[in-house]
Amino acid sequence: MKNFNGKILFLDRSDINTDEIIPAKYLTELTKAALKPYCLEDLSLPGFDPKKDIDGKAVIVTRANFGCGSSREHAPWVLECNNINLVIAVNFARIFRQNMFNCGLAAISLDEASIDDIFANFANSEAECKTDLDKCEFTISNASMTKVYKFEIAPFDLELVKAGGWVAYADKKY
Amino acid sequence: MGKTAAQKIFDAHRIDSPAPGVAVLSLDRVFCHEITTPIAINDLVAIGKDRVFDPTKIKAVIDHVTPAKDSKTAEQGKTMRDWARRHNIKDFFDIGRNGVCHAIFPEKGFVRPGYTIIMGDSHTCTHGAFGAFAAGVGTTDLEVGILKGVCTMREPETIKVNITGTLPEGVYAKDVILAVIKTLTVNGATDHVIEFAGPAVAAMKMDARMTLCNMAIEAGGTCGICYPDMVTVDYLWPFIQDEFASKEAALAEYSKFLPDADAVYAKVIDFDVTTLEPMVTFNYKPDQVKSVREMTGTPVDQVYIGSCTNGRLEDLRIAASILKGKKISDKVRAVVSPATPLIYQQALKEGLIEIFMEAGFCVTNPTCGACLGMSNGVLANGEVCASTTNRNFNGRMGKGGMVHLMSPATAAATAIAGVITNSPLYKG
Repeated sequence: MKNFNGKILFLDRSDINTDEIIPAKYLTELTKAALKPYCLEDLSLPGFDPKKDIDGKAVIVTRANFGCGSSREHAPWVLECNNINLVIAVNFARIFRQNMFNCGLAAISLDEASIDDIFANFANSEAECKTDLDKCEFTISNASMTKVYKFEIAPFDLELVKAGGWVAYADKKY
Repeated sequence: MGKTAAQKIFDAHRIDSPAPGVAVLSLDRVFCHEITTPIAINDLVAIGKDRVFDPTKIKAVIDHVTPAKDSKTAEQGKTMRDWARRHNIKDFFDIGRNGVCHAIFPEKGFVRPGYTIIMGDSHTCTHGAFGAFAAGVGTTDLEVGILKGVCTMREPETIKVNITGTLPEGVYAKDVILAVIKTLTVNGATDHVIEFAGPAVAAMKMDARMTLCNMAIEAGGTCGICYPDMVTVDYLWPFIQDEFASKEAALAEYSKFLPDADAVYAKVIDFDVTTLEPMVTFNYKPDQVKSVREMTGTPVDQVYIGSCTNGRLEDLRIAASILKGKKISDKVRAVVSPATPLIYQQALKEGLIEIFMEAGFCVTNPTCGACLGMSNGVLANGEVCASTTNRNFNGRMGKGGMVHLMSPATAAATAIAGVITNSPLYKG
């Protein structure tokens, strides 16, 4: 299983689309690793600098409808290349969400009040997330505070994460 | 309890239910293009499973960057070409015979009511216009589809959009779907199928129905579905006439996939188009929609007519009828890309290409290129494009560019005026 713990990158906006996560002009790359430098290059978010803000982060916390738009799996791949294996949001576009689990990564929804609470308490600090998939808990902390947020994950999504993705699962079963 | 169209298609294809609410479906078609497929192919090779489940059910095309623009895109094309040969995939459309995937695959008769279809492309929802379940997927789902002919999907919930009234002259399916997305919002249909029902849809030809279903994904929808009827059967007849004794027999068979009268919907939206105006997007989300009237006078640098949304013959006919005998403004450049070679040839025969060229349009070969800023019409920083495509995301057609989505009629009128303007066909 992948690592779902680490420092949080806060992206305080809804409807972040796949063209912003990885612009189409880089879809001509034939390896996933080649995508690494272009992560969130076109993200429209005041104050965000992809060259400085991504390094060292392992978890994204964002608002609603993350990953809308194109079907490109390059979006999860570019996150994974940058050691980001977990995105926490109010909700996700279907294809992006499925792509994440298919790759053995995690796209987990939290209710809007919890997301608001995380932003209010942690977004302006160096914050870290620890994930317990069996207890369905995120433990989020910074220098002054620690809070626990319960989440739900569909059993099938958890199976995909544990199997290491859909190819491994399907090849064994069908 | 009655069933929706998608539930009936799922029932006919479900081979497993690995968890509550999750279905594994057998696939009738796996469509492939050169942007999302090569990494799946390379991965299958790497894991020692370079096989295909059924070469007759896989259809492949090079369409996003064609002709290849550099060594990397040439390599993507080569990967597709070699793979299609290696596995005897007969329906592989290479340059000269290639078109935009969601235009050429229906044109070849590959889509039938009741089919299950996946492709590594979000606008795969287009094919639901034939009463099929067609969904965009990522490369991993595609890879498993190629290898095993199966795909996992959540059991479908459906939103029914009941479109009533008669479209005013000069108002088209594109205007309808922009207005519907404005109502639904960009994630209003996430994880839902959208059934487009009602007399206004029944009155549409297949080209218009494909425009409607094409943009279901812009509201987050998994698939758009139109009900198979005699319009569908007429379109498919050249491909199915050996299978059925009559068109009526074909329709009777396809009617198995119509929803039940007591089908259960997550939501039903009634949408009257009687007074609908031509619509256009502003800003960077496809639900940011205003009437063309409200946006009139907005300057543009480029006009683009083409794509899987609006690059079909009917679209070119409408645009050409406005451009005939006119010149585009000195302030704009304009590009038209017929979506398939057949559309291109018919447009030539009908004199449409001459009209476009006389007006000052650049006519390109069929390709997706400009729509996603990959080739054949990329914008410079700060430039504005009036476009018949489907996405106005930040940077979509080029970094720092702005895209206004509109119908071919509005795009043609805008090319002449140099600023966003209503087409002369609209008398409202």
